[in-house]
Amino acid sequence: MDKLNYTALRETICHSVLSNGLNIYVDERPEYGKQFAFFATRYGGMDLRFRGEDASWIDTPQGVAHFLEHKMFDTKDGSALQRMAAQGVDPNAYTTPWMTGYFFEGTQGFEDNLRTLLSFVSQPWFTPESVEKEQGIIAQEIRMCEDDPDHEVYYQLMEAMYAHHPIRIRVAGTVESIASITADTLYQCHKAFYRPGNMVLCAAGSVDPQRVEDIARKVLEQEPSSAAVTDRGMAEPPGVVRKYAQKAMAVSIPLFEIGFKGEPAPKGEGLRQRLLAGLVCDVLFSASAPLYSRLYEQGLINGSFDSGFDMLPGCAFLTAGGESRDPQKVLDEVLKEAERLGREGIDPALWDRLKKASYGVMVRQLNSLEGMCFELAQAHFEGEDFLRFPECFQSIERCDAEELLRTWCVESRAALSVIVPEG
Amino acid sequence: MQQEWKRLAEGVELGISRTDKFKTGLLSVTLTVPLRRETAAAGALIPNVLYRGSRSCPDIERLSAATDALYGASLGPAVRQRGESQCVSFLCSVIDDCYALDGAAVLEPAAALMGEVLLDPATQGGIFRADYVKGEGANLADRIRARINDKRGWAIFRLVQEMCSGEAYAVDKLGEADEALAMTPEGLWSDYQNLLSHAGVTFYYGGSAQLERVEETVRRCFAPLITARTVRTQCQVLAAPRGAVRTVTEDMDVTQGKLAMGFRTGGITEGSPDYPALLVLNALYGGSANSRLFLTVREKLSLCYYASSMLDKLKGLMVVSSGVEFQDFDRAQEAILAQLDELRAGRFTQEELNAAVRSVVSSLRGRRDSQSMLEDDCVTKLVCGLRPDGGGELIRAVERVTAEQAAEAAKKIQLDTIYRLTGKEGAHGG
Repeated sequence: MDKLNYTALRETICHSVLSNGLNIYVDERPEYGKQFAFFATRYGGMDLRFRGEDASWIDTPQGVAHFLEHKMFDTKDGSALQRMAAQGVDPNAYTTPWMTGYFFEGTQGFEDNLRTLLSFVSQPWFTPESVEKEQGIIAQEIRMCEDDPDHEVYYQLMEAMYAHHPIRIRVAGTVESIASITADTLYQCHKAFYRPGNMVLCAAGSVDPQRVEDIARKVLEQEPSSAAVTDRGMAEPPGVVRKYAQKAMAVSIPLFEIGFKGEPAPKGEGLRQRLLAGLVCDVLFSASAPLYSRLYEQGLINGSFDSGFDMLPGCAFLTAGGESRDPQKVLDEVLKEAERLGREGIDPALWDRLKKASYGVMVRQLNSLEGMCFELAQAHFEGEDFLRFPECFQSIERCDAEELLRTWCVESRAALSVIVPEG
Repeated sequence: MQQEWKRLAEGVELGISRTDKFKTGLLSVTLTVPLRRETAAAGALIPNVLYRGSRSCPDIERLSAATDALYGASLGPAVRQRGESQCVSFLCSVIDDCYALDGAAVLEPAAALMGEVLLDPATQGGIFRADYVKGEGANLADRIRARINDKRGWAIFRLVQEMCSGEAYAVDKLGEADEALAMTPEGLWSDYQNLLSHAGVTFYYGGSAQLERVEETVRRCFAPLITARTVRTQCQVLAAPRGAVRTVTEDMDVTQGKLAMGFRTGGITEGSPDYPALLVLNALYGGSANSRLFLTVREKLSLCYYASSMLDKLKGLMVVSSGVEFQDFDRAQEAILAQLDELRAGRFTQEELNAAVRSVVSSLRGRRDSQSMLEDDCVTKLVCGLRPDGGGELIRAVERVTAEQAAEAAKKIQLDTIYRLTGKEGAHGG
């Protein structure tokens, strides 16, 4: 395997590409007791329309990627989940709008468990009975999410911000949409996206990188193949659909989420844009920037206030939210502050501190094997080398952040989603 | 990894997990007092008021600027309940010195900042600033009221309140919302002085620095706390329920029901000879993906969206938490109890036992790879008067647990209280 060295971070990542197109990344940390493996496909909740083998477009129901994730644990010989749980490891999976990842962590039997992971994810086994049963289970999960105010405030925001982009579609789908999923739908989607060339395998902890590669070569098919072409809908306008959306739920004080619609990064600029937009979030929202204290001292926000940046194929946005008795006032203040920063510029001392802090926070996150594997997988799909972040920070200037504030953090790109208490 | 422990004064201890495997160091200071209704809100409020500002960083903006300059050190307060004790902490995670861009040490200035925040707050007329007390009182009241937003947690919270009513354990570690709102700067300042002089003190450090360096830093930055004190940490453990099983039903506008069931573990707590067997039993019953609650009640019978069991190792409780459709409450409850009966009768296979043992061992070993779990384990042990040992002995004991011992532990467990959270009449769902 190739060794990628990151001296500033004291990290070495082993990397190789199998003849079937699968990329493998291993972060060996012999001093850890745990082993973590993450096997992911670039396919998620927003990939609903794709070209079949005969080049015709295939439309699939909302929630199918997540449904597939649930059903992948079934094998001809029973549940892989139970097989792995019996080994004392903790297998799990999740589906995001653009990625589905399967993983386990444990402290023993790593190689056996890795074989199980690779084989159940690559070999589908569905029956009409098991699909029907899962419809009941997932319907319950969907209803549970509908009772979760954090979940609702997020999707309400996405619906307000996006006109066409499938980020506005719930990853789990709806009770109605999943009712039309059949075993055939699942086989079709698996075939289109669960191909080694469209997947990545990451492992970290007390593992032997060469063994990981050997096992993957043995378990997975060797034919190279690429994934199906997807259609993510019409071009998205820069502005939001609606400026405000609200709904009532059983909450004690209003929950809110502000969104600013940005633009996805040009190819090769993904890491830089993530870091830059993260810094813009800090400049606007961090506790060491002027706005936070002002809002906190006026009782407009509390310790639950948080912000972040997310970027997916075809969309990118800043969010900030938490609890507030007057979310509209918070948004007004945020817009005013963004306008001021764009006009007067960012305080140079604040900027230097925030860069230092962002660097430290990213170093801290490298402690987590799970976080490491997830970042490696995401960076792979984006074509980025995320462990170059210390160097990448160097290339980001204050004026870049000011420019982003002037373009993205404006009224036409802002939406506010609020969950108000009932009654 | 080396687990070390040192008494700095009577009632003042320092625990250290020395290891090079993390990229950060974690430092914490914990003040421990008995959990009481009269003082809980003050104990929860004090760290939040302190976190508003210190003498040299008197507001959020300047305090955050100080942590930003320390490479985004994550300094923050925490309030934990351990048994029937309230633990008021500050934790600070900083990057290891070797990742500092300018080569300067980060640990010492971080400890100094933490010491100043805890011991030298921003004041007004010699006591806490009135606006900070008022603002944080309101925030704490919001947090207490926000418990209801998370229905899964709420069902467990209400179960424990009902089951342990009359025991200190049932006191909310955050206190009551009304008390948080009514707190005055004078009253809170006097509570703060009491806390500093009477609470048990536990320092913790996990990371690459040597004991001597940490001890010297702690002694310098927290000098006023390193004085002898009498610590009273007790936890009342009821071996059996006080009476017949009670069922409490409440309704709320939810689309899915929550069923929580509370059991007494027959007096088994951490440190008991049969504690390893209890851990294994819990994994067999509902503490793992290979458990009866997961495989039988959730997967096979499809009676719950989730169903799991967990232990409070200090209080001697086991809680089953599940999400059910409204019409399935009775059937789910029956099935959950039937599985416990199976285990009591020893009706489980060697494979199930092996899987349960592996799952417990794996999770105990895995805790050593997490700095925050190491901190929690070490501080919990020190707070309870136990010696931190890095968990090695417990792992070996778990590996030796037999089927008979697991069944014996199951027999000791007794149902105490059931809590049902159901929908409002006429609500949809189900």
